[in-house]
Amino acid sequence: MLSKLVRGVAVASMFSLLAGCNLVVIDPSGDIASQQSDLIIVSTILMLLIIIPVMALTVFFAWKYRQGNKDAEYDPEWHHSTKLEVIIWSAPLVIIIALGAITWVTTHTLDPYRPLDRIDAERPLDKDHKPMVIEVVSLDWKWLFVYPEQGIATVNELAAPIDTPIQFKITSSGIMNSFFIPALAGQIYSMAGMETKLHAVINEEGVYEGFSGNYSGEGFSHMRFKFHGLSEDGFNEWVSKVKSDENFLGRSQYLELEKPSIKEPVHYYSAVDPELFGAILNMCVDQSKMCMNEMMSIDENGGGGLAGVYNVMSLTYDVPRMRGSQPLPEIKSYVATLCTAPEEGGFSGEITNLPLFDNVQRDRAMSVAPAGVSTGF
Amino acid sequence: MTMANNTASQTEAPVFYLKEEHHPETGTMLGFWIYLMSDCLIFAILFATHGVLGRNYAAGPSPADLFDLKLVAINTSMLLFSSITYGFAMLQMEKGKIAGTQLWLAITGLFGIAFVGLELYEFHHLWHIGATPMRSGFLSAFYTLVATHGLHVTFGIIWLVTLMVQVSKRGLIPENKRRLMCLSMFWHFLDVVWIGVFSVVYLLGVLG
Amino acid sequence: MFSNPDLLHFIFGRLSIDSIPMFHEPIVAVTFAAVVLGGLVVMGALTYFRLWGYLWNEWVTSIDHKKIGIMYIILAIVMLLRGFADALMMRAQQAVAFGDVAGYLPPDHYDQIFTAHGVIMIFFVAMPLVTGLMNFVVPLQIGARDVAFPFLNNFSFWMTTCGAVLIMVSLFVGEFAKTGWLAYPPLSDIVYSPGVGVDYYIWALQIAGVGTLLSGVNLIVTIVKMRAPGMSMMKMPVFTWTSLCTNILIVAAFPVLTAVLVLLGLDRYAGTNFFTNDLGGNAMMYINLIWIWGHPEVYILILPAFGVFSEVVSTFCRKRLFGYNSMVYATVVITILSYIVWLHHFFTMGSGASVNAFFGITTMIISIPTGAKVFNWLFTMYKGRISFDVPMLWTIGFMLTFVIGGMTGVMLAVPPADFVLHNSLFLIAHFHNVIIGGVVFGMFAGIVYWFPKAFGFKLDEFWGKMSFWLWTIGFYFAFMPLYVLGLMGVTRRMSHFDDPSLQIWFVIAAFGAVLIAGGIGSFIMSIVVAVIKRDKLRDETGDPWGGRTLEWSTSSPPPAYNFAFTPVIHELDAWADMKKRGYVRPTSGFIDIHMPKNTGAGFILAAISLVLGFALVWHIWWLVAVSFILLVGGAIAHTFNYDRDYHIPASEVVATEDERTALLAKQQA
Repeated sequence: MLSKLVRGVAVASMFSLLAGCNLVVIDPSGDIASQQSDLIIVSTILMLLIIIPVMALTVFFAWKYRQGNKDAEYDPEWHHSTKLEVIIWSAPLVIIIALGAITWVTTHTLDPYRPLDRIDAERPLDKDHKPMVIEVVSLDWKWLFVYPEQGIATVNELAAPIDTPIQFKITSSGIMNSFFIPALAGQIYSMAGMETKLHAVINEEGVYEGFSGNYSGEGFSHMRFKFHGLSEDGFNEWVSKVKSDENFLGRSQYLELEKPSIKEPVHYYSAVDPELFGAILNMCVDQSKMCMNEMMSIDENGGGGLAGVYNVMSLTYDVPRMRGSQPLPEIKSYVATLCTAPEEGGFSGEITNLPLFDNVQRDRAMSVAPAGVSTGF
Repeated sequence: MTMANNTASQTEAPVFYLKEEHHPETGTMLGFWIYLMSDCLIFAILFATHGVLGRNYAAGPSPADLFDLKLVAINTSMLLFSSITYGFAMLQMEKGKIAGTQLWLAITGLFGIAFVGLELYEFHHLWHIGATPMRSGFLSAFYTLVATHGLHVTFGIIWLVTLMVQVSKRGLIPENKRRLMCLSMFWHFLDVVWIGVFSVVYLLGVLG
Repeated sequence: MFSNPDLLHFIFGRLSIDSIPMFHEPIVAVTFAAVVLGGLVVMGALTYFRLWGYLWNEWVTSIDHKKIGIMYIILAIVMLLRGFADALMMRAQQAVAFGDVAGYLPPDHYDQIFTAHGVIMIFFVAMPLVTGLMNFVVPLQIGARDVAFPFLNNFSFWMTTCGAVLIMVSLFVGEFAKTGWLAYPPLSDIVYSPGVGVDYYIWALQIAGVGTLLSGVNLIVTIVKMRAPGMSMMKMPVFTWTSLCTNILIVAAFPVLTAVLVLLGLDRYAGTNFFTNDLGGNAMMYINLIWIWGHPEVYILILPAFGVFSEVVSTFCRKRLFGYNSMVYATVVITILSYIVWLHHFFTMGSGASVNAFFGITTMIISIPTGAKVFNWLFTMYKGRISFDVPMLWTIGFMLTFVIGGMTGVMLAVPPADFVLHNSLFLIAHFHNVIIGGVVFGMFAGIVYWFPKAFGFKLDEFWGKMSFWLWTIGFYFAFMPLYVLGLMGVTRRMSHFDDPSLQIWFVIAAFGAVLIAGGIGSFIMSIVVAVIKRDKLRDETGDPWGGRTLEWSTSSPPPAYNFAFTPVIHELDAWADMKKRGYVRPTSGFIDIHMPKNTGAGFILAAISLVLGFALVWHIWWLVAVSFILLVGGAIAHTFNYDRDYHIPASEVVATEDERTALLAKQQA
């Protein structure tokens, strides 16, 4: 679409007053964000075609037909003109048709789920290129980045080599956040139990701001990280730096990390449990819980039947997720896994806290299928 | 004074006000109908919720495990009969017969109570076997939709009793007739909603 | 005394002495002291001047649509002061909290403030302003004696007020939600927000929502059934048209809000799984449902403002409105389209490209009828004789400001652009641009325009103009920096920033907020000064602006019955037509007029609802049961009251009308 030059001119002219500040959204460093910035400028120009005449006419009419100006024509009955009506409906229509067409095309080409087809305007990509995968988890209130290919993970620091297509796989530990690096590409929500995707590429070396774009509670303001766009060598160096920190991220370390914290300092993990991201995504890092995908496949096959009624594990939620000073009033329940053996006495201590059932039912819960309850009435 | 409008009579000045009291049409029926439509939207949202969550059993029981269609069919017929008997009450009202109106209203109320009673029985049974609204998204949506309808019927019964008292105190005066008409719309509306509940929640749930 | 914790818990539910934040929050303590002091002064004055009876008989229990309309607007202005105080606190916090400076508000408090600001401004400022204006104006514009259901109207008002009271209570007892004004789950679920804040949110909105919905039904029926003879749909004033569409939107949108808040409430109170992360819940469903209400809500607010501008622009240009028909069609088209755009509020949730593109394009399409409306106002000015009274100033300010907001709105409607602008301060600037530049300017125009109709004297012009200029300039200072900050990648709802280079923009924005505070102060001054100088500003004609619609044909303030004889309509702009064709005001032949009677039932039922809401928030179950039974019982008892109307005797009508005849004669002489 617009070349860098045109954008430069547009930025310079429209925002010359703001020369001193860093309009990262208008002048980003990643190809996707650049195309998004082009769109902002194009749509602004298209809209201005109609806005400027309207504003000018408003001022002009207000001045010309002011009460004091007796020379101006006064026609109190003039209230209809088919010609004018056609113009005032069709002028916005034409603009919207143009903008609508642009919208339809760019929404598809810039769809965050769509693999990239270029590194920048001059460098197209093969259809079968393999992007670098980075797994992103929003926690209360910090970011966890897992590099499955490098086998490392970081908290609150992200790095990637320039001109390399990246595929972000994004999820959340609980509250909805939004993964946003304005210099790189647009944002996308992170939601628990769901995976959203973002494809992007960074074209210039530098350190960029990343943060959550969706309010998520008390520590939200500090849920920020630095995104380092590095050269190939620089990235390799960075990876070895991360690996030099002897630190393993497995399930139990994750459960510790998951606890709410504010202003979490950057730290690195030299090795990661390769199943961790899948377990986070399926909300079963705690192995006594049933994984979402397992649950969904049971549901697809008609549910767990009456026997499944009591398959509700209840325990005080392992992470005290309160915002205020009040203690957690409710007991959180979830579905227990069927096949995996509970680790470290997962079952025994927890079963006493069932909130919904009386003692009799508590016993039944242990035996899973209640005896003597017929399916009919 | 010039007459700008050619179509108006040139000789006499136009009439700009009514000399007698103006009685605009009463809007109660329209107003109540609009209210019903807004209520219908609440049900629409609950149906939509059921549509989204209806298969999220959370590895728990599904409709086929839980629902007894025979019981629901009996329940449905209770409500359908009550609609018919309410119709009879309205016919009696049109004829101006207070005793007949009251009798059919009472029968309608009894059918309504039977309906609510059977629904409570069903809920009790489900709860007893552990299928509580807290168990899964599906059960949350199911209980909420059906119970919202049941609450409407309950309030309908309370309203019906109130109207029976009012009819017995004041007879079939225009105000009471209007109120009976409103309740009639309300009652038939609940019937229609129930047909939706029966088909979507129970039939499609068990068979679909 | 009470040492038994179970008993205490039974009596007070979750409520305890620790729930009163003023013991540990100095800001709240000072506010509370001021409110108590102010309340005591007002109550003292009422007692001293023996006004309690007057207040009860003439206002609280009044079913007169004009008084209810005025009360709605008073409620809105009071809540505006609260909501704006929140805004000032946010601006002050964001202007100072950089780097090592944490600012004076901890996140816990700041998060409550921005939530309360949003909720109050939308539900308890903008909505009562709109409803109040419609209540006051619509029956007068269509030549009716009152609304279709006068009792319901009173009840609706008090329900709205009780919702507002419940929110005010949350300031002093407990806390308010810390979730943002739409309370998205999972954050608003009990697990992540265990306090009472979200419960206050739910019950305040539910109580007020009942009022809003009923008032919507009421006004639709009023407009459809009670128009004066001869007023066909296409002869209705534009404000009445926009009111009709707004109320249709209310009736078709608010049930969605009611339902979705019920579901959220069930998740919080009963442990169901509608919006939970686990056990088969789906939080995305909440976000969809709340915006299916939320987007029409935006048009609920803006359409009546469009109506006001239409009335004002033709009155002050001394000219018929240009393109009445296309104005009406545009309104109807906007009404319908507003239902198929909701997804543009969350393009970033990961819907497919085609879904996003569809909703983006439908959103843009709305700008076509909106653009047509702007052109219609523009060409109404063409060949007019424009007098720049305060309502017209607001209108021109609106036309210049609103188009900017419209432009940025279309930019946000392009999904890929929205990916970088979503949730940023650019978005904040955009919606304040359309809500302040559209709704607020429109409501101020409407208040200044119809004030002399309501009270018989104009508002003070100097302070009115001050208010306009301070608001307008203040708006640009407060929100243009936010557009810039949005383009710098700054997101919303932050209580602290790391980058000190942003600070200057927040300082400018805070300065703008102070200017707007001056605008609000000037507006209040314009009322105060007008009350003092009312004899000088008095209008005895009933038609101070040279109006064109029916409300200007009766006296100011209008008598309880509005029109001694029901008017007959021949043309659009009925009053202009009457004036042109030699209408002579009737001075004899008056008859008894049938009117509804005042009742305290609405106030009492609403007050019980308030208690019910409070008990639900704090889990005081015995009080829930008692107030619920009282509520149902009270409603039933009310239906046993058949004595709901009376006749104003002809003699009284004669006396009122003769007085006006004398006044008019004095004017002519």
